[in-house]
Amino acid sequence: MAAVTSVTGRGLPLRGDDLDTDRIMPARFLRAVTFEGLERHLFEDDRAADPSHAFNNPRYTGATILIVNKNFGCGSSREHAPQGLARSGIRAIVGESYSEIFLGNSAVLGIPCFTADRASIEALLTLAERAPETQMTARVDTGVVSAGGLSIQADLPPALRDAFMSGQWNPAAMLLDKYDEVEAVAGRLPYISGFPSDT
Amino acid sequence: MHTLFHKVWNAHTVRALSSGQTQLFVGLHLIHEVTSPQAFDMLRQQGWGVAHPERTFATVDHIVPTSAQTRPFLDLMAEDMTIALERNCRQFGIQLWAPGGVESENQGIVHVIGPELGLTQPGMTIACGDSHTSTHGALGAIAFGIGTSQVRDVLASQCLALDPLKVRRIDINGALRPGVYAKDVILTIIRRLGVQGGVGYAYEYGGSTLDAMTIDERMTICNMSIEGGARAGYVNPDKTTFAYLRGRRFAPSGAAFDRAVAWWRQLASDPDAQYDDRVSLDAASIEPTVTWGINPGQSVGISERIAAAADEEALTFMGFERGQKVEGRKIDVAFIGSCTNGRLSDLEEAARLVRGRHVAPHVKALVVPGSQAVRKAAEAKGLDAIFTKAGFEWRGAGCSMCLAMNTDKLEGQQVCASSSNRNFKGRQGSPTGRTLLMSPAMVAAAAVAGEVVDVREMLEEAPV
Repeated sequence: MAAVTSVTGRGLPLRGDDLDTDRIMPARFLRAVTFEGLERHLFEDDRAADPSHAFNNPRYTGATILIVNKNFGCGSSREHAPQGLARSGIRAIVGESYSEIFLGNSAVLGIPCFTADRASIEALLTLAERAPETQMTARVDTGVVSAGGLSIQADLPPALRDAFMSGQWNPAAMLLDKYDEVEAVAGRLPYISGFPSDT
Repeated sequence: MHTLFHKVWNAHTVRALSSGQTQLFVGLHLIHEVTSPQAFDMLRQQGWGVAHPERTFATVDHIVPTSAQTRPFLDLMAEDMTIALERNCRQFGIQLWAPGGVESENQGIVHVIGPELGLTQPGMTIACGDSHTSTHGALGAIAFGIGTSQVRDVLASQCLALDPLKVRRIDINGALRPGVYAKDVILTIIRRLGVQGGVGYAYEYGGSTLDAMTIDERMTICNMSIEGGARAGYVNPDKTTFAYLRGRRFAPSGAAFDRAVAWWRQLASDPDAQYDDRVSLDAASIEPTVTWGINPGQSVGISERIAAAADEEALTFMGFERGQKVEGRKIDVAFIGSCTNGRLSDLEEAARLVRGRHVAPHVKALVVPGSQAVRKAAEAKGLDAIFTKAGFEWRGAGCSMCLAMNTDKLEGQQVCASSSNRNFKGRQGSPTGRTLLMSPAMVAAAAVAGEVVDVREMLEEAPV
């Protein structure tokens, strides 16, 4: 697994608080046994209702850094939402806050979700709207997001930052390492050992 | 001086990962047809097995049709996804309950059957690829909704990589007034603390109101923790919890049950436990509550008017105006069901209201029991006859119109009085459909009246 130390590319400004995962990926697109093709259905209903939706705007085609407001990805735990974003080319998200499940689901796909204050996000959104061609860089180690002359301070949860830096953002292999320790913990849990009389 | 959350977290901690996260053992893993197939594919790609197949249980709920559940399903994708789950469970030795399979009478919404079968127990860590996994906290478990890659992790290792949560104690004290239910309590909590207020927290619910609640009611509260941003919610185990679990199929039995109770008791938060935050609410101040907007925090008491500061996007989408009441809003559909309010006690309370009355002619009304066991128990009490006589459709078990992955959907701008948990844009299957969340009793009252009404007025009229 490769380290994710920084993400560089153009920004995709998506305004709005509490954009839930039903909005990002409506449930009818979960009627499938794979994640293939989900990128085509990102914000499908929002895009249909609003021709000026950022995901309809060809100026943002190829953008890799999604810029959002508060509580992005709230609601359903469906990984289909970050899977769709990842498959559309999004490599990092910078926003005011996220639901925890969404943030974790994104991390395991190698997508860091940076948080910054409202004023910084507003500046970044405005820049991406005014000058979509602007190259941005989001650095995992320092949390600095720079774009043109703009530089904002953003944060990642420390454990996730280290995981991205060390290439351990997908924990599956680590969880299987030293498996005797897992069995030892399981063996000490009374509900697994059948509530023996010595507990 | 520890909370239940910390005691359970510590008991299940394997080690600190080099990434800094905690490797946490998962005591119970529940899976369903929609968020698991890709996880099994990932396992096969890696050549991994399932570490503890005996700690994973599967059912079908999200896409499963609730009109006719004989196999093969008429909905070909529902059939395909069920076949995929059957194949995966067979390959890896996992117990599955699905129509047409063994013990199919245990099929139902994953968060309804877990507690019902006694799989959910105090002190467990529980994971499921569904955000409403927080429901299981009602029995004193710490339960997390997870994504599909994490489903893979749990299958492969029976573990998750997580960061610990802070704990917010929410006290609700006093008696609820007639016509006010657990649903109104949790909608009020979310309204007060906000849909983002719980991010980073587990919610511990307590106080005399919670102490007096049944497990069903506590499940309604814990279920919607996630709507307030809290990934987990729980109630400390007490005599109500123990009485609920005694005799259930997967609960300990005989002398082991008594030893289990002793362990469960000591897991409850200590009286001097330290909390990261505390909030309290007066139960008597809560009235029947309905949402008017597009997230579960946008609600009002039935006698209230929508605030002047209400969000414009939500008002426009829902067709409400500032200063307006939700009471009197005409509805097109009434939905009673879901992991929030699809249990026997929910159906009993709704049936009490509709007995001897009839659904308004313009309303399509359906009752979707949360599990086949709920359906069977309801039928044994004659509730199906009450509902069908009143003009409701009586269905098989599943998630149905809560998220509209099966054929039950809103059409166009229909307005739905719903006992479910989310009023997001498009949630009930029509991109322009409009959802009003409320208690099952309020849904029943709205179905009869054809518009949103104060259920207390209908309760005052002598039941026939």
